[in-house]
Amino acid sequence: MSRVDACDPCLRRTELIARLSPRIERAGRGRAAYGRLLALPDDELISAMGANSDAKLHVARAAFAPDVARRRCDEAEVSAICRHAAGYPARLLELDDPPAVLHVAGDLSALEGACGGVEDVPAVAVIGARRATTYALDVAWTLGRDLAVAGVTVVSGMALGCDSAAHHGALEGEGRTIAVLAGGADVAYPASKRALHRRIQAQGCAVSELPPGAGVMRWSFPARNRLIAALAAAVIVVEGRERSGSLITADIAADLGRPVGAVPGEVTTPRSAGTNALLADGAAVIRDGRDALDLLCLPVRRRPPRVQREQPRPAPAPRPAVQPAPPLEPGLRQALAAVDDGADSPDRLALALDGDVAAATVALTRLELAGVLRRERDGSYSRRAR
Amino acid sequence: MLARLTTFAIDGLASRRITVEVDLRTGLPGFTIVGRGDAAVRESRERVQSAIRNSGFEFPNRRVTVNLAPAYLPKHGPGYDLATACGLLVASGQVPADDAERWAVFGELSLGGELRPCGGALAVAEGARRHGLHGLIVPRECAPEARLVDGVAVAGVSDLQGVAAILRGEPPPEAPMAPAAPEPAEVGEDLSDVRGHASPIRALTIAAAGGHNILLVGPPGTGKTMLARRLAGILPPLLSDEALEVTRIHSLAGLRQGRAGLVAARPFRAPHHSISASGLVGGGIHPGPGEASLAHHGVLFLDELSEFSRPALEALRQPLEDRHVTIVRGQRAALLPTRFMLVAATNPCPCGRGKRACECTSADHGRHRRRLSGPLLDRIDLHVAVEPPEERALTAPPVTSTREVRESVLRARDRQANRLTGTGRSCNADMPQAMVPPAADLPAEARDALRQAYARGTLSARGHSRVLRVARTIADLDGSDGIGAVHVLQAIGLRRSPDLEEQQAA
Repeated sequence: MSRVDACDPCLRRTELIARLSPRIERAGRGRAAYGRLLALPDDELISAMGANSDAKLHVARAAFAPDVARRRCDEAEVSAICRHAAGYPARLLELDDPPAVLHVAGDLSALEGACGGVEDVPAVAVIGARRATTYALDVAWTLGRDLAVAGVTVVSGMALGCDSAAHHGALEGEGRTIAVLAGGADVAYPASKRALHRRIQAQGCAVSELPPGAGVMRWSFPARNRLIAALAAAVIVVEGRERSGSLITADIAADLGRPVGAVPGEVTTPRSAGTNALLADGAAVIRDGRDALDLLCLPVRRRPPRVQREQPRPAPAPRPAVQPAPPLEPGLRQALAAVDDGADSPDRLALALDGDVAAATVALTRLELAGVLRRERDGSYSRRAR
Repeated sequence: MLARLTTFAIDGLASRRITVEVDLRTGLPGFTIVGRGDAAVRESRERVQSAIRNSGFEFPNRRVTVNLAPAYLPKHGPGYDLATACGLLVASGQVPADDAERWAVFGELSLGGELRPCGGALAVAEGARRHGLHGLIVPRECAPEARLVDGVAVAGVSDLQGVAAILRGEPPPEAPMAPAAPEPAEVGEDLSDVRGHASPIRALTIAAAGGHNILLVGPPGTGKTMLARRLAGILPPLLSDEALEVTRIHSLAGLRQGRAGLVAARPFRAPHHSISASGLVGGGIHPGPGEASLAHHGVLFLDELSEFSRPALEALRQPLEDRHVTIVRGQRAALLPTRFMLVAATNPCPCGRGKRACECTSADHGRHRRRLSGPLLDRIDLHVAVEPPEERALTAPPVTSTREVRESVLRARDRQANRLTGTGRSCNADMPQAMVPPAADLPAEARDALRQAYARGTLSARGHSRVLRVARTIADLDGSDGIGAVHVLQAIGLRRSPDLEEQQAA
């Protein structure tokens, strides 16, 4: 089922980058501008990496057999599409340094929205911190689900925390999702996300610029961030500190002219300092899936809008989870108001309502079952993203 | 000359009849004990020789062979001293043989001939009754415990001379008239010193009323341990046959020394988290009870649950499921009862700060969850958050007192006892599955709540029946015959809800 559609020079370039990876790692220590390096032509890249005298590298380059590279992709069941091929996502070409070959594990058609064809399905990146609050995880999941239900492809990095939550949400919404990986497309990184990696391949795809089996290096994370920014038509950061990887992605997206949105966080915690700074710089405020969809209509597109497609894709059936909940009865409304005022545990709610703990537990459980509240790890309750 | 005396060996929690055969032959003087004895049994030769001489008897200058039958059973401990000494006295004709057959003897000897107490007197007395013996001679300190068994004459004796007198047919010393009064329940800390914490107290009440396992989750210093220790005060008293079982186990473990009669208060065991698996569920060369069995009919409190070793926590699975544990060591198996209530306390996450201030990664949370997760957490029905009390609560009067809570627990237990008569169980946690009310009999609102909880992933399929047990207990506390929606909703609210990430990945 894998398809290799790559020309020899592009395969050669991919092989070179994989071989130079340790040198790029060393050269890039202390610098974040890996992307600039990847824009250099082969010979300049080799000399910039100080590999001119590396005899082994030259021997390997001379002996490089494109067919071997193609066979490796086939064996790993990874499709390879070079930037000269028709199926290559057109949006990636907007980068100064588009990857020579995009490796795809899973369903190739998930990429089509990013290919720039007539069947343009918009893709939105939902990214955020690995160490995330449950609030951010909840919002990332809900955004992923709502975008997926609306027929938007969800792009993210399959990292711990927000990224995985966004993918999970998209899978729950039965929409398409693309994981952009820092290692080979067939390698689940982090390893604990193996199950998610498998599910993403069934319902979308995992992509990477590195050949199958490649491990991750520190430089490959900012490098893959530029692919996330380029593949998506808009980027939403759910939670992130200042100078975090998510903000690098947002910067690249802004440079590419993509609209950037951010989910507001508390102004007192450093965990949301990055997203709040984005908002201060003019990023769109993202509160829910509707805000995220609005982001796609912002008039900051670099390319002219595409022609309307003739037959609209049938919209996926709405899932019961997003149907509006029936109105709450007065007692529960009162309890919910008290929870919003900070009485977020049975003890505090009982004090606030002058009732007993049993009644408070009943009210909180009713609100939890109604999908209004969720229970945190420490047993307190907070609002669920809707 | 051959003499036979009866004594008992402790095998697991039961006693096994041992016949001590003493044979005197002509030949080079010597003293041999056969029958798979351990070091303490071999050393008993020296104690017996000295004790016989120092009690004014004569140690036979013959070739002495002592056999502890049955020979296949390994014997350990000093409890065979007295039977060996008596056998020697009978075999050498210093004490007539006629009465020796009616009595069982059990005890350790000192070099001066005094009897020293040993653990397990209750189990030995039960063995004596089972084998239809007339009476049992034990060290004086062990007598009150042995007298708990009806149908066996128990003679509490202080030295070898006294034992010889009874074997000669003299009347045993009068039992002290004061019957074994139940020891006064230890006065623990009272719930009335607690400010705030209304919901943990409510959860502890439910746990005590139904015998449910409970987990207290909260940041360090919020009062998890303080609350758990006050649980002992609100538990119902031991029933008489429960007390007998507890006393037997504690006596075997050597916890009853210096204390007479039945254990009155439910055991509260709080082992340190460095405990090994065999320390927790039992083990040793001669399989003996661990903390889980010592907490039988009581509370096993595991503070800092996530710090316990993985093997130790895994070992708790069988005891929690089957309410007993089978320990096998060197071809011997022992069945130890473990009908305890598990009370555990833990931090919400490795950093302990919880919620917003938490600095743990989702990988840290995953590790923390995996340490505790699986069958163990699934068997803990009540998960309750313990948080620092509100300022308002600190100045308010206490929520309740130990006496008040204990009374409501007792009323709930009474209701359960009426319902469970004839089943041999005493609380809802142990209720036979067939008696758990089927969900179909619940009011519509309660059925809806269960269905929603299941659909939202808050409740697992296994959790379903356990929630109903807890709901039954809450209804008992409310004095209600039927289970209502409020009871089910509270039970769901107290059950563990899976982590957000677990829910998302599901």
